[in-house]
Amino acid sequence: MKTLLVGEYRDGKLLGSTYELVAFAEKIGADSAMFLVGRESDLPQYNGILYFADILKYSEFNPTAHKQMLLEVVAKEQPEMIVFSHSSYGWDLAPRLALALKAAQVSEVIDFVDGNLVVPTCNSKLRRDVKSKTAQTVVTLQGGAFGLSGEPSGAPTLVKIETDATAQVEFAGYEAVEKGGVDLSKAEIIVSAGRGIGKPENIEMIANLAQALGGEYGASRPVVDAEWTEHNRQVGTTGQTVSPKLYIACGISGAIQHLVGMKKSEFVVAINTDRDAPIGEIADILAVADLKELVPALTEKIKSL
Amino acid sequence: MKILVCVKQVPDMESKFRVNDGGKWYDEADLALRMNEYDEYAVEQAVQLKEQVGEADVTILSIGSDRVKETMKKALAMGCDRGVHVVDDTSYAKDPFEIASIIAAFAKDHSFDMIFTGMQSQDRGSAQVGVLVAEILGMSSISTIVEFTFDNGQVTARRELEGGLKAIVKAKAPALMTCQLGLNTPRYPTLPNIMKAKKKELLSVEVATLLQVDAVQETTRMYFPEKKGGGIVLEGDVGNMVNEIINILKDKTGVLT
Ligand SMILES: Cc1cc2nc3c(=O)[nH]c(=O)nc-3n(C[C@H](O)[C@H](O)[C@H](O)COP(=O)(O)OP(=O)(O)OC[C@H]3O[C@@H](n4cnc5c(N)ncnc54)[C@H](O)[C@@H]3O)c2cc1C
Ligand SMILES: Nc1ncnc2c1ncn2[C@@H]1O[C@H](COP(=O)(O)O)[C@@H](O)[C@H]1O
Repeated sequence: MKTLLVGEYRDGKLLGSTYELVAFAEKIGADSAMFLVGRESDLPQYNGILYFADILKYSEFNPTAHKQMLLEVVAKEQPEMIVFSHSSYGWDLAPRLALALKAAQVSEVIDFVDGNLVVPTCNSKLRRDVKSKTAQTVVTLQGGAFGLSGEPSGAPTLVKIETDATAQVEFAGYEAVEKGGVDLSKAEIIVSAGRGIGKPENIEMIANLAQALGGEYGASRPVVDAEWTEHNRQVGTTGQTVSPKLYIACGISGAIQHLVGMKKSEFVVAINTDRDAPIGEIADILAVADLKELVPALTEKIKSL
Repeated sequence: MKILVCVKQVPDMESKFRVNDGGKWYDEADLALRMNEYDEYAVEQAVQLKEQVGEADVTILSIGSDRVKETMKKALAMGCDRGVHVVDDTSYAKDPFEIASIIAAFAKDHSFDMIFTGMQSQDRGSAQVGVLVAEILGMSSISTIVEFTFDNGQVTARRELEGGLKAIVKAKAPALMTCQLGLNTPRYPTLPNIMKAKKKELLSVEVATLLQVDAVQETTRMYFPEKKGGGIVLEGDVGNMVNEIINILKDKTGVLT
């Protein structure tokens, strides 16, 4: 099998996730070539052909031009599979390419078994095996699903490509991350509040447990979106990545975008009324209980120690 | 101004799922159903845009069996003007390309100025339908938006990237937006609006009249993931649980010592 890997650049840097694409190709025993819109001074360590376009010319977000150049490379290379990361770049560009190629797109792939692409379904509670019916298939890979086999190495053979396609939308720059407030990435103990806390007043309960343990409190996205707490406490893909000694997830279901941010925690306790919540898959302890009862009881007991 | 919003009805993710007899999808019996969370933001943004520009008409479209009308009624009660129900008892088995083609076939002759979809559906989660609809129609699209402003035919949106970074992207109408969580604060339908919604037009269209393509992929099997790891599950009395958790933490972690 032949694959075309679509590397990724963001905010002036080559992303490490690019190497997960290489790991995927290795895992399925496929040949690969790579496509990247990036900087020549910061090329991936990769042994193979790299179809390369300059990011200063085509910008980090110009789906029309990136798609057009990809189509050219696909015509040249004739890959059976075109592989993206399931990221803001990948899920935006992949469907555009798939439609132009009249190819199936399978999103958020976590495994490839007997010709079936495996994807999570229903907030990771279920899995699906998917088969493409088209000669070419576009896939996006879930971050972290395909680990690196070793340190990246090698030097690519550069093939420069260009296009005169004009942008359909205008990329007007980045808005920086809000800085300041708590830095959860350094916390050794984190107690996080999920939507299961039910109402903003219950943040206090979570903060109290965190304080009793000498830690900080964090939150899942819905708690931040509802403005029950500030964004710099959000754990996950679009928030902070944390790696505490102890992480207590209270009323958090365990969506992949949350897990990505906390799976490096050394020990995970989940408190959830749903015994089947996906957080149970990575938790060292799953306490099946109403957090409104368990959290205050646990806090009292810890204070009395 | 003509606005289209696509909404999908999905199970509540806290439901107890079972795989159906065919082994390729979940059993729908006994599931609590609701509007796809991402689509609530799409509906709210459409209604806010209508309120901003004044002269606007918001159509809500949903593909599915008769039960999706409940979800459509919620969208009408939130302020959409009319509903188009694409009747399809097997929509769950259709792939994103088929679903997008159906929506595009409907939208083609209606010259919508703005289309809003969710960034992804909570059950299938392909994150494809919105972008595909725009590509089929040859329309500009911006995915994963967390901020939206409209001024004189010009959209300025913030696309959410990883780690809290946002990209500022501009597009001219007609354009399609896929909506991310937190884009706005979806309103709760009020009782008077729920009553008003009952009188709004809800048109039914047979899916066969809009579907002109074949599936490009198929689900061959649906199943539960194997439970990894040797996590301990605690159940029962909360008092006992507290003691057990503390003992395990003392034993296995450096915390509490
Ligand atoms: C591109 C993208 C980026 C994202 N980035 C992030 C991110 O950075 N961080 C993030 O967290 N999410 C992120 N999300 C959202 C993510 O997909 C989930 O929607 C979110 O993590 C769910 O949060 P939750 O677990 O708190 O809520 P839910 O999924 O609603 O889960 C609530 C849980 O609480 C339990 N519960 C309810 N009541 C109780 C009770 N009384 N006691 C105990 N348990 C109870 C329920 O059983 C359920 O498991 C992102 C999504 C996308 C598409
Ligand atoms: N059956 C459907 N009816 C109407 N809209 C849908 C349907 N399925 C998907 N969509 C829309 O497409 C978006 C993305 O869905 P998906 O590509 O399945 O993740 C959803 O948020 C909806 O706005």
